[in-house]
Amino acid sequence: MSVLINKDSKIIVQGFTGSEGTFHSGQMLEYGTNVVGGVTPGKGGKTNLDKPVFNTVADAVKETDADVSIIFVPPPFAADAIMEAAEAGIKVIVCITEGIPTSDMVKVKEYLTDKESTLIGPNCPGIITAEECKVGIMPGFIFQKGSIGIVSKSGTLTYEAVDQITKVGLGQTTAIGIGGDPIIGTSTLDAVKLFEADPETKGIVLIGEIGGNMEAEAAAWIKENCTKPVVGFIAGETAPKGKRMGHAGAIVGGSDDTAQAKKRILSEAGVHVVDSPADIGAKMAELVK
Amino acid sequence: MNLHEYQGKGILKSFGVRIQEGIVADTAEEAVEAAKKLTEQTGTSWWVVKAQIHAGGRGKGGGVKLAKSLEEVKEIAGQIIGMQLVTHQTGPVGKKVSKVLVAQDVYYPGESETSEFYMGVLLNRATGRNIIMYSTEGGMDIETVAEKTPELIYKEEIDPKTGLLPFQARKIAFNLGLEGQANKEMVKFVSALYKAYEATDSAMFEINPVLKTSDNKILAVDSKVNLDDNALYRHKDYAAMRDVTEEDPAEVEAGEYDLNFIKLDGDVGCMVNGAGLAMATMDIIKQSGGSPANFLDVGGSANATTVEAGFRIILQDDSVKAILLNIFGGIVRCDRVAQGVVDAYKSIGNIKIPIIVRLQGTNAEEGAELIKNSGLEVQSAITLQEAADLVKACV
Repeated sequence: MSVLINKDSKIIVQGFTGSEGTFHSGQMLEYGTNVVGGVTPGKGGKTNLDKPVFNTVADAVKETDADVSIIFVPPPFAADAIMEAAEAGIKVIVCITEGIPTSDMVKVKEYLTDKESTLIGPNCPGIITAEECKVGIMPGFIFQKGSIGIVSKSGTLTYEAVDQITKVGLGQTTAIGIGGDPIIGTSTLDAVKLFEADPETKGIVLIGEIGGNMEAEAAAWIKENCTKPVVGFIAGETAPKGKRMGHAGAIVGGSDDTAQAKKRILSEAGVHVVDSPADIGAKMAELVK
Repeated sequence: MNLHEYQGKGILKSFGVRIQEGIVADTAEEAVEAAKKLTEQTGTSWWVVKAQIHAGGRGKGGGVKLAKSLEEVKEIAGQIIGMQLVTHQTGPVGKKVSKVLVAQDVYYPGESETSEFYMGVLLNRATGRNIIMYSTEGGMDIETVAEKTPELIYKEEIDPKTGLLPFQARKIAFNLGLEGQANKEMVKFVSALYKAYEATDSAMFEINPVLKTSDNKILAVDSKVNLDDNALYRHKDYAAMRDVTEEDPAEVEAGEYDLNFIKLDGDVGCMVNGAGLAMATMDIIKQSGGSPANFLDVGGSANATTVEAGFRIILQDDSVKAILLNIFGGIVRCDRVAQGVVDAYKSIGNIKIPIIVRLQGTNAEEGAELIKNSGLEVQSAITLQEAADLVKACV
């Protein structure tokens, strides 16, 4: 078991023939991911990496039965690409693109409310089910099949956690990079709920950062409902107020979205919060034997 | 991207929002000319001279003053232009004022009392929708209001399908206690303000205060506008309003190399790939007894050119006692980064402070080997904990 994607998932790539799309599609195929084709408007009928290219997501779904899409479309066109995938009935939409205008995402969020699609990202490294299916840009070799679910707002910090979890011998079920933008599809809480419901996942790593209230929202649910140990880390204890720390959403606005406040809220909900990101793996190893 | 008051007001006016009129000036002489012109245009007999910097609290810091004669305009503008204005948002060093806005006096006496309100338009991250936040407590720091009298702050959420609806604008006007002409004026003001926010793809509009004049007009006395950087590609005219003199020179230089850099006050510099890991690295520096001198995300392109640029920018700060380079190689290969470090080190030469390089992920060991064999005074680490320990030894 795993969450959202597995070895049977059929993946299409939007922005398939661009340099990013082509490179990462090659990496995903190498990992064993079932990439069944891609979409680049105007290049339908051609092939890329020996896979068919379609003009529209609807065409691709019709021909390949794809249920997952990964988006490498440039920022001005990315919101449209997400909505096109949702309209075509794609179940899991992973948007890697960084730099989508927030006002575009307000529309996307609204558009998705009556669709059955799950959006991951944007501005995220994607999602991976260890040794089965990689829909993202993460380095595949650090993952190892195992029992820990990981949810994170950050890319490289996810890799850090994954690497530690692999080295303590636990391995991962699925790792979800939810992205660092102010408006994203899958929230920290959504991911935690998925891991709680997944029988193979024995423990959850929750990595957050300054800004927004997603960690607090997850904490409230964890306190009441979560039966699995959760190890938490929040980046940005030293971030100054009002400055945007790289991620568009990583900005301290008030007193309850600082790293200190989030750590306190998570601790009160029973999450095992580590102060140093170097301790994530060791802490989880203590909790999950 | 932040705008100056006068730029924000210019945008508001172009969308039909009534503003306190003003003319910007670079010198005391220009300020006098601006004041004369403003009187011709608006009939104002007094003028307000306002320092234009990207920070709030200008009035308390002495950056906003009323002038009752043209001589006073000249005198006050002369004092403000060139001053180092310190407010609660500028830090202790303050910001140098290079422009003033000469504005009309809008607090003239009349048939009714004037009153001030607060109004902000921004994204509610929890719902993914825009909200109009407003309060009867205008002219004060809104964070203080939120802390002391949260019941006096109202919020109106906007449905993206419909946009701001007329009844919502009316509700705002009534909640602010306005009647008659002033009420109608407020409805128009709110509608125009929201239209401006949406059309400009802004991240935040804050009007504090919104003024009801003694003759029942509603107007924006100040403006704090933050545009969404991601949307600037479709607003070239607004992008051109960027004032780089308001930004930290090191941050501007870093931007030219596509490096995401923020200057901080600490003693240990750092350079990291990925924003989350960069923040975590700063936290590790603090936990190791140091204090981070900067935030620096090199993104997915850590090579000799970016590493050298990053080192040079960090080294401009004399208080930096050590630099920690923390790379988790995924697509980025650690041996290439290591080569970049070696090349940058040789190219800069004469680096007198310890450099700690932590490489993990793709080809980490080859990277560490390369650094070891280079003969340079570079300390190398593989795990985060090792890097933290090396930082501890330096500070």
